Amino acid sequence: MATFTLPKNSTIQQGKTHRAESGAKNVKSFKIYRYDPDSGENPRTDTFEIDLDKCGPMVLDALIKIKNEVDSTLTFRRSCREGICGSCSMNIDGLNTLACLKPIEDVTGDVKISPLPHMPVVKDLVPDLSQIYAQLRSIEPWLKSDTPPPPDGERRQSKEERAKLDGLWECILCFCCSTACPSYWWNGDRYLGPAVLIQAYRWIADSRDEATGERLDFLQDPFRLYRCHTIMNCARTCPKGLNPAAAIGKIKQMLVERES
Amino acid sequence: MAGNDYARNTTLRSPLGRVRGLGSAKGGTHHWWMQRVSSAALLPLTLWFALSAASLAGAPYEVTRDWIGHPLNAVLLLAAIGLAFQHTASGLQVIIEDYANQEWVKVGAILATKAICWLLAIASALAVLRIAVLRVAV
Repeated sequence: MATFTLPKNSTIQQGKTHRAESGAKNVKSFKIYRYDPDSGENPRTDTFEIDLDKCGPMVLDALIKIKNEVDSTLTFRRSCREGICGSCSMNIDGLNTLACLKPIEDVTGDVKISPLPHMPVVKDLVPDLSQIYAQLRSIEPWLKSDTPPPPDGERRQSKEERAKLDGLWECILCFCCSTACPSYWWNGDRYLGPAVLIQAYRWIADSRDEATGERLDFLQDPFRLYRCHTIMNCARTCPKGLNPAAAIGKIKQMLVERES
Repeated sequence: MAGNDYARNTTLRSPLGRVRGLGSAKGGTHHWWMQRVSSAALLPLTLWFALSAASLAGAPYEVTRDWIGHPLNAVLLLAAIGLAFQHTASGLQVIIEDYANQEWVKVGAILATKAICWLLAIASALAVLRIAVLRVAV
């Protein structure tokens, strides 16, 4: 059966508390999941009290402040700090999102931060994404065409055809959606998950691509595609406001279409 | 990913090899589509059955028997029975596939569900047919 409880060595324990410096007036507590595989210890939750008067507005600003000033061992991914690279995806206040786009003031009470749910943890807030990257690779997310491009320019697309890619191309592959999906939690080894399926549909919907049937063949599988039960956590959590469930619905529609 | 080789780190196979696995089953569409069709068909049928059953509440035995025996009612009842059990079996199959991740548990539970649904469907249909065809009710 699906595992609903954590194994003994994964239960989260109470960690250290780092108090704010005295005199700080605008203090907010950040409760952050910590795990160091080299220590052999269980994961723990550390509390960092941060003076918001001396901190930038976003959760990522607080994480960087903690790493710079309080505990340099705090490990997390970040790069662009403006919601385009998808590196700093994590679970903040119970919802997967990008730390760089999440204002601290949007969180009432303590700011609870943990890695993307249900992925193997490499360290602290860094999940192991090798499997989901392999799943992305498996849908061959590149243009496939037997017709060579025109010698004097790019492959052409009408404005209407291009418009079909809107709401798909904006995905930055932060995997907030896939790791928010219960179906992906239970069957992530076989179900491709919303992030990979919206990418698959991005190429199915592309008028320049000539491998639509082959792509549908790959997806037509009770586990790869049909584990989606329109739970809609994907659309709810997407920091870019996209709707992977709608894209999955369109794939299902096309599969029915080609059989009748 | 609970319970799979990947999470347990018990395989050296490449992530892409594991993800591609046994390949696409090239199926599932019919099952998914039939679930939608049967739920759409069951909407009016269930409404009809609920209203009819309510209007028969307190009716004497003969009236109820004759109502079931009426060809139109008997046909709709048989349709409702067939669809309801088909829909139940395929819905339960999806739930089992979601949560059971040991192959023998999954296959066993799906087969058992289907067997039970089949038997219940046949028994229900027989009950209607005995009244409709033979006018016998026990």
